[in-house]
Amino acid sequence: MAANCAIVRVEGLARNYTVGPQVVHALVGVSIEIARGDFVAVMGPSGSGKSTFMNLLGCLDSPSGGQYDLDGEDVSRMSRDKLAATRNRKVGFVFQQFNLLPRMSALANVELPLAYARVPRRERHRRAARALDAVGLSDRAHHQPSQLSGGQQQRVAIARALVNDPMLLLADEPTGALDTRTGEEIMELFVALNRRGITVIVVTHELEVAQYARRILRFRDGELIADEEVEGRRLVHGANAAEAPS
Amino acid sequence: MTPLDAIMAALKALRLNMLRSILTALGIIIGVAAVIIMVAIGAGAEARVEMIIRSMGANLMIILPGSSNTAGVRQGRGSRPTISEDDAAAIRSEIPSVHSAAPSIRGQAQFIYGNLNWQTQIFGATRDYLDAREWPVARGRAFTDDEIRTGAKVVLLGKSVVDSLFGEIEPIGQTIRLDRVPFEVTGILQQKGQSPFGFDQDDTAIVPLVTARQRLLGGRWLSGRTVGSIHVKFRNPESMEAGERQLRELMRQRNRLRPNQEDNFQIRNLSQIVESRAETTRVMTILLASVASVSLLVGGIGIMNIMLVSVTERTREIGLRMAIGAESGDIRRQFLIEAVTLSLIGGLIGIGLGIGGSHLVADLAEWPVLIEIDSVLVAFGFAAVVGVFFGFYPAHKASRLDPIEALRYE
Repeated sequence: MAANCAIVRVEGLARNYTVGPQVVHALVGVSIEIARGDFVAVMGPSGSGKSTFMNLLGCLDSPSGGQYDLDGEDVSRMSRDKLAATRNRKVGFVFQQFNLLPRMSALANVELPLAYARVPRRERHRRAARALDAVGLSDRAHHQPSQLSGGQQQRVAIARALVNDPMLLLADEPTGALDTRTGEEIMELFVALNRRGITVIVVTHELEVAQYARRILRFRDGELIADEEVEGRRLVHGANAAEAPS
Repeated sequence: MTPLDAIMAALKALRLNMLRSILTALGIIIGVAAVIIMVAIGAGAEARVEMIIRSMGANLMIILPGSSNTAGVRQGRGSRPTISEDDAAAIRSEIPSVHSAAPSIRGQAQFIYGNLNWQTQIFGATRDYLDAREWPVARGRAFTDDEIRTGAKVVLLGKSVVDSLFGEIEPIGQTIRLDRVPFEVTGILQQKGQSPFGFDQDDTAIVPLVTARQRLLGGRWLSGRTVGSIHVKFRNPESMEAGERQLRELMRQRNRLRPNQEDNFQIRNLSQIVESRAETTRVMTILLASVASVSLLVGGIGIMNIMLVSVTERTREIGLRMAIGAESGDIRRQFLIEAVTLSLIGGLIGIGLGIGGSHLVADLAEWPVLIEIDSVLVAFGFAAVVGVFFGFYPAHKASRLDPIEALRYE
């Protein structure tokens, strides 16, 4: 790992899909570096390639061309199972629809990544409880998702994303299913986590959400068209004493 | 995920769809229960056949006199006295695989005790007879050597005779009259039940051979040493086939028959008759067992069907599990364990039903049933194999899903 190594470094990243006889170029030659501890918003209209980009960053997909180094490790040619292990250790996902498993307690949902990391049961409990505590939900540990509000569910999902100490937190429209106030709380939580040193990348189409970030990447037609600093970054009001695990 | 995690997750998933799980497992339940009941009935029938063979005496052949043939007029069986006590002695000493050879004569007598009387058959026999027929004395004692040699007036009674004459009274030591001769009851024979041909084998009495000749049956038995039958018991079932040949040869030799002459005696191998009946039961069992396996097969297809449905329903869950780090193997294992758990639970319920059903058959149809632990284990193992076999394809399909597509699935 190089000294000033960026956590994400992509070179000419491309992704093609073959749909029938046609080849669709979802992403064409994107090159970018994201520094450790950065907070990046990814924006663009639908079909711009931002989702494809996020899927590649999250190791859910492999590029058709170019190279992607995550934390100094080339992941662009990894096998399915290697990618799964990488996701498990290095990436935390937060989705628009939370994607919690129903009829499992919040604690059990948070423990899930640790189960795939083969962490012993006792330690799983301990770490999951700590992650829930970090998102301010220790008192809801034994509630099922259906008994929680949208904001609480998203917090559980964030705790699940954090529980295995990832270096990269990927959030795909994390506030899309929440009201404005709750959305702000969630974004404030991201800011707090970012301050603890975790790199956060948020996909959004709302500028207000993007303004919590330090940097905005804009996509259009599969290309990165803008990479700008956020001026007048939104301040965190309401002291949310979130504490990232570890 | 440890296997324990996977099993717990499987149980949870199955519990969420309790009714569906049970309906799915029904094929396995019925299949396993059917296997157990069928095998129980088959084994019960076989055990009964074995018991019947044992009641006649195992490894047993009976030599009977032939019919007389005077100028073409053939009399009935036993009409010619061609077998004797000496034949029995020769058989015992000359055929090594013979365990014992017991000569006996048979006749009727009127039994009188107090104001009750009862006519039944009596056998004049030696102690070898009890041995050959595996017929122990239940209470009291068998004859002594002295009593046999001297022709003492002692009698062993069958259970049915005791019931007819004594009721509540203790018969041992009592004196009863057979025809007009007083006999002392020395023992009671163990109950044998019906013969394979439906006769009550307990409606009988045994007296020493000499006593029967001199005091009771007289007549044609009085002269010489001829007997009505010889029970030949072999040491083991394997020696019976060769033994029968040796027996025939020896008897022909002793009767001085020329090669072109017919046998003037008969050899009956009773176990053969009964065994052919056991064979029928066995064929029946195989037939029913195959019906049961078809049911297991159908049950397996049901499991595959429902697992495919389950994989589709839980596509998003699979996508999520993959996103947070589940490898293909983790997903495959999860669904495979779910399928096997389903079939094993079906198997367990099937075992319960099978054992209960066997008892029900035993009670209602009064068939003898015998639950064999082997059949339970085989049925259970078969259920597991069905689960693995039919669960593999859906599990494999789940493990090959694309995480992005799966997460997007509505």
